[in-house]
Amino acid sequence: MSGEDAAGMPGPAPDERPQPEGRRNLEGHRIDPVVEAEHDSRRAVISALVEDEPGVLARVSGLVSRRQFNIESLTVGPTTVEGHSRITMVVEETDPGIDQIEKQMAKLKPVISVGEVSGSAVTSELVLLKVHGEEPDKVHAIAEMYDGEALDAGPETITVQLTGDESKIDDAIDAFDQFGIIEIARTGQTALARGNIPTAPGEKPGTAGEPTTPNTQ
Amino acid sequence: MSDSAAHQREDDPDAEPASGPADADGPDAADPAGEENRPDGEPTEVSTGAESVVAALEAAGAETAFGVQGGAIMPVYDALYGSSIRHLTMAHEQGAAHAADAYGVVTGEPGLCLATSGPGATNLVTGIADADMDSDAMLALTGQVPTEFVGNDAFQETDTVGVTRPITKHNYFAGDADAVGDVVGEAFELSRVGRPGPTLVDLPKDVTLSDTEEAPGEAEAPAGTDPDPRARQDAVEAAARAIEDADRPLCLFGGGVIKGEASEAAREFARAYGIPVTTTMPGIGSFPEDDELSLSWAGMHGTGYANMAITHTDCLIAVGTRFDDRLTGGIDTFAPEAEVVHVDIDPAEISKNVYADYPLIGDAGTVLEQLHEAIHRAPDADEWRERCQEWKETYPMTYATPDDEPLKPQFVVEAFDEATDDDTIVTTGVGQHQMWASQFWTYTEPRTWVSSHGLGTMGYGVPAAVGARVAADAMGEPDRDVVCFDGDGSFLMTMQELSVAVREDLDITIAVLNNEYIGMVRQWQDAFFEGRHMASDYNWMPEFDKLAEAFGALGIRVDGYDEVAPAVEEALAYDGPAVIDFHVDPEENVLPMVPSGGANGRFALAEDQL
Repeated sequence: MSGEDAAGMPGPAPDERPQPEGRRNLEGHRIDPVVEAEHDSRRAVISALVEDEPGVLARVSGLVSRRQFNIESLTVGPTTVEGHSRITMVVEETDPGIDQIEKQMAKLKPVISVGEVSGSAVTSELVLLKVHGEEPDKVHAIAEMYDGEALDAGPETITVQLTGDESKIDDAIDAFDQFGIIEIARTGQTALARGNIPTAPGEKPGTAGEPTTPNTQ
Repeated sequence: MSDSAAHQREDDPDAEPASGPADADGPDAADPAGEENRPDGEPTEVSTGAESVVAALEAAGAETAFGVQGGAIMPVYDALYGSSIRHLTMAHEQGAAHAADAYGVVTGEPGLCLATSGPGATNLVTGIADADMDSDAMLALTGQVPTEFVGNDAFQETDTVGVTRPITKHNYFAGDADAVGDVVGEAFELSRVGRPGPTLVDLPKDVTLSDTEEAPGEAEAPAGTDPDPRARQDAVEAAARAIEDADRPLCLFGGGVIKGEASEAAREFARAYGIPVTTTMPGIGSFPEDDELSLSWAGMHGTGYANMAITHTDCLIAVGTRFDDRLTGGIDTFAPEAEVVHVDIDPAEISKNVYADYPLIGDAGTVLEQLHEAIHRAPDADEWRERCQEWKETYPMTYATPDDEPLKPQFVVEAFDEATDDDTIVTTGVGQHQMWASQFWTYTEPRTWVSSHGLGTMGYGVPAAVGARVAADAMGEPDRDVVCFDGDGSFLMTMQELSVAVREDLDITIAVLNNEYIGMVRQWQDAFFEGRHMASDYNWMPEFDKLAEAFGALGIRVDGYDEVAPAVEEALAYDGPAVIDFHVDPEENVLPMVPSGGANGRFALAEDQL
């Protein structure tokens, strides 16, 4: 084809062709004939057992940022097994998004096992909070109310340590707000499943290099 | 958690520099291992880290390497001296990566490329990213400054592991001379197991120079990376019922069919049940395009009939494809009435872009055979097959050749196809010429279409032709032709690799479809930017035929239809690299075209339909 008036290729123009009536939603689900609801995003705790090798944290955080997953917090620390660490992530994603995070993480070579921690899991976070020290009695009283502990107290500032699940921490921060919060540092949520349930599916602590068995089918 | 290279090195008593710090000053100051340190023919005996690296490569079956020398990689090159591995010195590291990539595509074995630290490694990056997007097996070995200098911004230092982390399947910093051979062997194997992809090993110079007698053991991919080839049987049975009950079934074969060596199984499957076949672009060659069931490839510039079929199918059997946006167009209108059977080796591709009603995780060939066993009757699709044939007649792939217009590029592609055998390997750059090369050549065999799909790397064609030629020769098939279709813009990006083709006497033919535009951009500017040719119109181009002669290659210029056949014949007959500069119609557009995000079924057949 060349020039403005050239005909191009033969055949009916787009508007003259039959088009199907079905559609897919943005997640690729057929809307017709089975109506699939659009997924709302939700908060999920993802736990991964990883080999503690150089760059593993960079691999996980790079994956999260590259694929635009919404992440609230990421904590990491050693386990009792030599060479293994646990990474705990709190994400805000749709169900398919959470599924993708798990599958993409499972592909990283140092990831031994990964999965969402069930909703009934034990979760906790540690917060250090520095407030103005004009009213030490009140600060100590509120710290006590939330099972907190003053780690440092001076004439101008008081630093309090708090631990607990997300709602308790949020309530405590609101309560301390009246004194004027100067600085705050939060570790982010970390989590373990209750009882005998493994924290990451298929996880066998103590078996270095045991592969994840993705339960995706 | 030791998340920095520095921490690891402290733990690593074996990573002591074996040579002085002056090594960081580059090749002049290097202290290559002496003659007496070379292997004496016994491959399992090594005396240095570099020798262990080469022993691991040889043991893994590597036959060919593409690379560029440099200070930090010199010990590895020194150990390659006298190795059974053939090394081709490329003009630029990007060329080395593309050549290795193409070598891997043609042979089915991982390609191998080498570069030094710093700029050598960063020049590889485009080629590694290309291999990553197209799931091509490839191992890149990069030199690195001695470990004690890492992190100090030493001469030619780059955080290669950091830079390539998101574009490799996995990468390694090899800090231990005793383990370096095993790491290289593991990286080589990892690149090809499961879903293939590029891997990289960063080799600090002190590690490769360091004394070690630890020969590499048998190379194995890391635990858990070589997945089960079989899909779950209950999932296979469910998919089989869906296929049996389909009225309008359609196969969509992707690049995974070719990588999984499943082309034969794919052909048997489609023919056994009379299911029409479309492919993705990387899937070109998985199913013969001259077969009655073939609808050629679907997507943005796919055929009208493939896009009609994919729009109207009620059961899409997709094998080894990741549903790239250039294939699907807008997701809302992609195969909107189809139940999707998705076969893939990578669980993360299942329901990533298109929801899989029947997910089958496994190896393409194995799962197709499982399906074959599970399907008891062919779907009743006579009417559907007729519709597909009608679409072929309604939307034929044609182009006009008016006397008053310049040479059409499609004619050049067809002329080469007619003049060559079915086993001819075609490589391309990226742009309009790439689309014409895929549309107007009838592909029938896997591993004959070698192109840059996912990343869309202009300049892929010439180094890929070098890699493809070397691959065919290594496979004992020196009579196969290698034809590179390139654009003028793409050719300008990597034509320096022509020097390699001349030096190594590689029999390749490069057809430059020269329209003096970045043609695809020009086409989009005409369609979507009111014809403002900002930075797409070159106005002037060097004379590529004369440039070819200056390189020592055969150079031919073609302007008219009459000159095409003789030039093609002369270039193919020429024993060595030949370049034909085809001056083609600069206003020619690639059609059909599904605009970005549009509905496949509403492909445009003329510019004014966009």
